[in-house]
Amino acid sequence: MLEKLDEIQSSALQALYSVMDEESLQSWRVTHTGRSSALMQVFSGLGQLSKEERPLVGQKANQVKLALEAAFNEHSQVIQKAALKRSLEGEHLDVSLPGRPLRGGHLHPATQTLRRILGILAEMGFQVYTSSEVETDEYNFQNLNFPPDHPAREMQDSFYVEAGERGDNPVLLRTHTSPGQIRAMRAAAATDPNNPPPIRIALPGMCFRYEQITARSEVQFNQVEGLAVGRSITFSDLKGTLNDFARRMFGQNARTRFRAQHFPFTEPSAEMDVECFVCGGKGCPVCKQSGWLEILGCGMVHPLVLQNGGYDPLRYTGFAFGMGPERQAMLRYKIEDIRYFWGNDVRFLEQF
Amino acid sequence: MKLPLSWLKDFVDIDISVEEVARKLTLAGLEVEEIRYVGWKMPESGSQSKHEFKTYGLEWQPDKLVVAAITEVMPHPAADRLVLCKLLDGVQEHVVLTGAPNLYEYKGLGALPTPLKVAYAREGATLYDGHADGQVLTTLKRTKIRGVESYSMVCSEKELGISEEHEGVIFLDADAPVGMPLADYMGDAVFSIDILPNMARNVNVYGIARELAALTGKSLKRPEINPPTRGESIQGKVCIEIRDTQLNPRFVLGLVRNVNITPSPYFVQRRLRLSGTRPINCVVDATNYAMFEMGEPLHAFDYDVLLERAKGNPVTILTRTANPGEKLTTLDGVERLLQPTQVLVCDSQGALSIAGVMGGAESEVTEKTHNVLLEGAAWNFINIRRTSNTHGLHSEASYRFSRGVHPSLAETGVRRGLQWMAAWSGGQVAPGLVDEYPNPPEDAIVKIGPQDVRRLLGIELSASEIAELLKPLEFEVSIKEDTVTTKAPPFRMDIGQGVVGLADVMEEVARMYGYDRIPETRIADELPPQAGNPELEKEENLRNLLVALGLQEVITYRMTSPERQERLGPQNGYVQLANPIAPEKRVLRRSLLANVLDTLERNARLQDSMAFFELGPVFLPMPIGDLPMEKNMLVIALSGLRQLPAWDVKAGPLLNFFDLKGVIEGLLKGLGLREVSFEPLENDSRFHPGKCARLLYKQRSLGVFGEIHPLVKARYEFGSSPVLAAEFDLAALLEVQPAFGIQPVFSFPPMLEDIALVVDESIPASKVEALIRQTGGALLSGVRLFDVFRGEQIGEGKKSLAYALTYQAPDRTLTDKEAAQLRGKIIKRLEYEIGARLRG
Repeated sequence: MLEKLDEIQSSALQALYSVMDEESLQSWRVTHTGRSSALMQVFSGLGQLSKEERPLVGQKANQVKLALEAAFNEHSQVIQKAALKRSLEGEHLDVSLPGRPLRGGHLHPATQTLRRILGILAEMGFQVYTSSEVETDEYNFQNLNFPPDHPAREMQDSFYVEAGERGDNPVLLRTHTSPGQIRAMRAAAATDPNNPPPIRIALPGMCFRYEQITARSEVQFNQVEGLAVGRSITFSDLKGTLNDFARRMFGQNARTRFRAQHFPFTEPSAEMDVECFVCGGKGCPVCKQSGWLEILGCGMVHPLVLQNGGYDPLRYTGFAFGMGPERQAMLRYKIEDIRYFWGNDVRFLEQF
Repeated sequence: MKLPLSWLKDFVDIDISVEEVARKLTLAGLEVEEIRYVGWKMPESGSQSKHEFKTYGLEWQPDKLVVAAITEVMPHPAADRLVLCKLLDGVQEHVVLTGAPNLYEYKGLGALPTPLKVAYAREGATLYDGHADGQVLTTLKRTKIRGVESYSMVCSEKELGISEEHEGVIFLDADAPVGMPLADYMGDAVFSIDILPNMARNVNVYGIARELAALTGKSLKRPEINPPTRGESIQGKVCIEIRDTQLNPRFVLGLVRNVNITPSPYFVQRRLRLSGTRPINCVVDATNYAMFEMGEPLHAFDYDVLLERAKGNPVTILTRTANPGEKLTTLDGVERLLQPTQVLVCDSQGALSIAGVMGGAESEVTEKTHNVLLEGAAWNFINIRRTSNTHGLHSEASYRFSRGVHPSLAETGVRRGLQWMAAWSGGQVAPGLVDEYPNPPEDAIVKIGPQDVRRLLGIELSASEIAELLKPLEFEVSIKEDTVTTKAPPFRMDIGQGVVGLADVMEEVARMYGYDRIPETRIADELPPQAGNPELEKEENLRNLLVALGLQEVITYRMTSPERQERLGPQNGYVQLANPIAPEKRVLRRSLLANVLDTLERNARLQDSMAFFELGPVFLPMPIGDLPMEKNMLVIALSGLRQLPAWDVKAGPLLNFFDLKGVIEGLLKGLGLREVSFEPLENDSRFHPGKCARLLYKQRSLGVFGEIHPLVKARYEFGSSPVLAAEFDLAALLEVQPAFGIQPVFSFPPMLEDIALVVDESIPASKVEALIRQTGGALLSGVRLFDVFRGEQIGEGKKSLAYALTYQAPDRTLTDKEAAQLRGKIIKRLEYEIGARLRG
C-alpha cells in the first residue's frame, strides 16, 4: 500500500508538471486530489486495513496529500505568472502615439506678467490701486509737472477724446498710470489733511500712446507704477527696493545699474537697467549690443507732484517708478513682435 | 547729437578710454547710444572687458595709412582723367596714380611751391571702396592701370569712413606732419548722445566737456573768446527793435568786414561732417562750428544786401510775430505761409528769417558776400517748438532753440562766431556788438545742506562736499555753517526756485556724486496699512475660475470702429477719439462682446475648438464728472468641437447652449453663488430668441447668455458651428458674491433611485426639479437629470424627464419603507401640481 502511495504521488506530480494552463490545473486538482481520486480512495479504504498497517498508511497518505497540495500551489503560481507574462507581452502600446488633446485654459501672458510683478510688489508692501483709463489733461499731465506745450509731452503723444471745448484741460486716454498717483495721494491726504498718512501703492493698468503700431510699438500697453510716500523715503530706499524687485523678477544674480534720466514728475530721476539676461551682458541684438536692458524709470517724487497730491514737500518725500509688463514678457520669452499681445492668436496665447 | 571725441579734447584733458568716457557720460544722464570709430582702434570684441555700447566704424592701420605730401602732379601718359602724383610718405618717394578731380588743377605745374598734404594709403591698407554703394571694405592690392603700376592711393573721406564724400581727395591742413599715422593725426570716435529735455545746456561740445571735466575731476579749459577788432564800430550801423520780449528776450548782432568766401580748414570740415553737417564755406561753417561748440545757433546775413534793402538808412532789425497771410521763402527754397504766432526776424522791407528755425533765401551769405552781420538771439522755446513742428522744419538751430537756449549764450555765441569767421575768412571784426537785452533773468539761488541730502538721497555729505560737487558745474557756492548757498550758472534754465530748485540742485549733487555710489537701503518709513485690494482679488479669482474651466483669456484693443462693433447690432453712441490713428480705431469699444467675437472670428479658420473670455472695461459716452463712464464687463465665447479630434476620436459633437451653460454653472459654483435663476430671454437681438437666457440673482440681472442669432452670426466669417456667448456686468457679478457654507457629506449609505416623469413640453425642467427638491426636503440629498426623451410612446407635446434621486439621512440608514414613502410623496405632488405622470 505504501508503494502504491509513492506511485500515486509520483504519477500525480508528473501529471502536474505537464499542466501549463489554469483550466487543466483545475482538472488535475479534481483528478488527483478530488473525492474520487486514487489518493482519496486510500483514505476512504483506511478502515479496511489492519490495525498495524492503518497508522502507517494513514501517515503516509497525509504526507502525499500535503506534498501534492504544496506542489499544486507552487505550480499554480508558476502558471499564473506565465499567463500574466503572456498577457503583458500581448498588450504593447505604441507610446509614441499622441495623447488625447485637451483644450486647456490659460491666462493671457500680459496678465501673467502683471501678476508676477504685482505679487512681488505686494510682498514688499505695495498695495494695488487702480483708476480710470480715460483721464483729463490736468491729472495726466499738469498735476504731474508737465505744463502745456512742455517738450516732455512729446515723449507721450496722446489720444484725445471728443468732449467739447475744454481749453487747457482736454479729456484724453491716459499715457501712463501716474494720474492714479495724484488720485491716490489726494484720497489719502483727504483722510487727514494736516498729517497725511504714508502711501505705498502699485498702479497697474492699460495706457495709450499715439504711436504707429509696429513690431516695437503699440497704441495700448500695460504699465505698472509704484509709489512710496512718507516722512523718510530716500533715493537709497528707491535703490534698495528696486534692486530687491529686480533680483526677484530677473534672478537672484541680476545686476542692475542706475543712470540719470529725466522725467517731469520725479527729480532726481533715474533709469534702472538690468544686465542683459539673454547674453549675460556680452552684447546681443536684444540689448542692442549694450549688455544692459532698460527695465524701468524711477526717481524721487517731484516736489510739485507731492504738493498737487496734498503732501507738503518739506515734510514728505517719496519715490516712484514705472515699468512695462509686455516689454518684460518680450524679453523673458523672446517675443519679437509686440503686436502678438493684442492680436490674440490662440497659437501664441496657448504657449503660456 | 553727434560728438567727435577729439573736439571734446579742446576743452578737457581725457586720460581714460573711449568706452570709459561713454560710460561716465551715460551714467550721468548723457546716454551714449552708439560709438562710431573713425580711425581709432576699436575695442576688440570678445575681449575680457565686455562691450557696453553699440560700436562700429573703421580702424586706420597705423603702418598703412599716413599723412603724406604731394610735391608734383603729372599727367598720366595714357589717360586724361588720371594723374600721377609724386608723393612723400615720410619713408620714401612714391608715384601714385589717382583720378581725383580736385588734383587736375595742379597737373603739369611742375614742382608745387607748397606741397599738398593728403591721406595716403599704402599697399595692403584696408579701407572702404570709394566706388561702391555704401561702405564695402576692400584691401589695396598692387595692379596696373592703363600701363602704370599702382599699389597705393590718396584717399577721399568716403574711403576713410569720414563721410559719403568721394568727389575728390582730402586736402589736409598745411601743418599736418608727413609720415604720421593718420589715426594719430586725426583719428576719432564719434558718440551719438541722446539729450534729455532738462539737459538742453549740453547740446554742444563745451557743455559736454564741462560735464566730463566734472565727472573725471579734470579742469575745464575755458576758451579765449576775444577776437581782435578793426575799423569802425558796429554801433550806429544797425539797430534792433524787439516787439515781444517774452518771445524774444535777447538779440545780439556783430559785424565782420571783408570776408573771403573760401573752404574752411580741413579740421573744421572734418569735425562738421562728423557732427552731421555738410561744410559749405568758411563763413557759414563758422556759424555752425561755433554753434556745435558753444550751443548758440547763429545766423549770418549778407550785410550789403541788408544795406541795399535799407535804401541808405541804417539797417534796422525788427523781431515780431507774422502778419496774417505773410509768406517767406526759406533757405531751402520753399515758400512758407506763416502763422500769426510765429516770430520773424525782419528789416524795414519785411521778413528775413523765421526766428530760430531757418533763414530766408534773400539775405543769405553767398559766394559774393563781403560783409557779414552775425545774429545770435534767444527765443521762447515753446514757441520755436510749435513753429518748427508746424512747418516740419527741423534744423540744428530749431533743435537747440526748441529745447531752450539761455539768453546769456547769445553774446558768447556771437563772439565765438565772429572769432572763427575772421580767422578762417581773413575778415576783420568790427568793434562792439549791438545787444538788445531788456530783462536779463536772475540766476536761481538755492540753499542746500547736509540735512537735505540726507533726507532725499539717504547719504551723508558735508556742506563742503556738497559745494565741491557743484563747483565744477559752475555753480557759485558759498558755505555758511551747514548751508550751501548756490547760484546757478548763467547758462542754465533748468534750475528753479524754492523746493523745486532744491530738487533740481539735488539731482546735480546725486549725478555728480554718482548714482552707483548711493547705497541700497530697505524702506525704514512707516508701512501703511496692508489692506489689499478686495476688488482686484475677486477679479483675479474669477480669472482663475475661468481658466480652470478651460477658457483662454484674451485682451483686445480698447480702440475699434463703429462698423466692427455694430456687426453685433446697433449701439447707442461711443466715446470718440479726436485724433484717431486709423479709421478702424476711431472710437472706444462700447461692447466687449463685439471685440471677443472679432477675436473668435480671427481664430476660427485655424482652430477646431475655441473657448475665450475677456474681462475689461467698455466706455460709455455718459460723463461722470469730466470723464466718460467705464464699466467692467466679463464676456465668454465658445464655438467649435466639444472635444478636440484625435487619432482615435473622430470629430464629434459641436459645442452648444448647454456647454456654455455648464461653464456658467461652473463659474457660479466657483463663486459660491447659489441663489440664482435662469430666465428665458427672447428679445435680445444679439441672441437666438429660443436659445438665450438671463442670469438672475434675487430678481436682479447679472448678465445674458445664449447662442448668437443666426442673422448676427452671418455678419461674421464663422463656419457652421453655433457661436455661444455670455456677457456679464462684472461689478454686479462680483458684488453679490456671498460667503457660503458647505453641504455636509454624510457617512450613512445613500439610497439611489431613478424616476422618469412625463410632463407637458411647456413645463421648464427647472420647475420640475424645484418641485422634486421641495417635496423631498432634507432627506433628498441629490437630484440629477440624466435623460430627456420625446417620442411617440409618450405622445405629442409631452416630454419625459428622467431623474436620478439620492435619498439620505444625516443620522441613520434609511429604510426601504421610508424611501418608498418619499418617492410616493414626490410623484403625488408632481401629478397634482403639473400633471406629471410616472413613465412605465
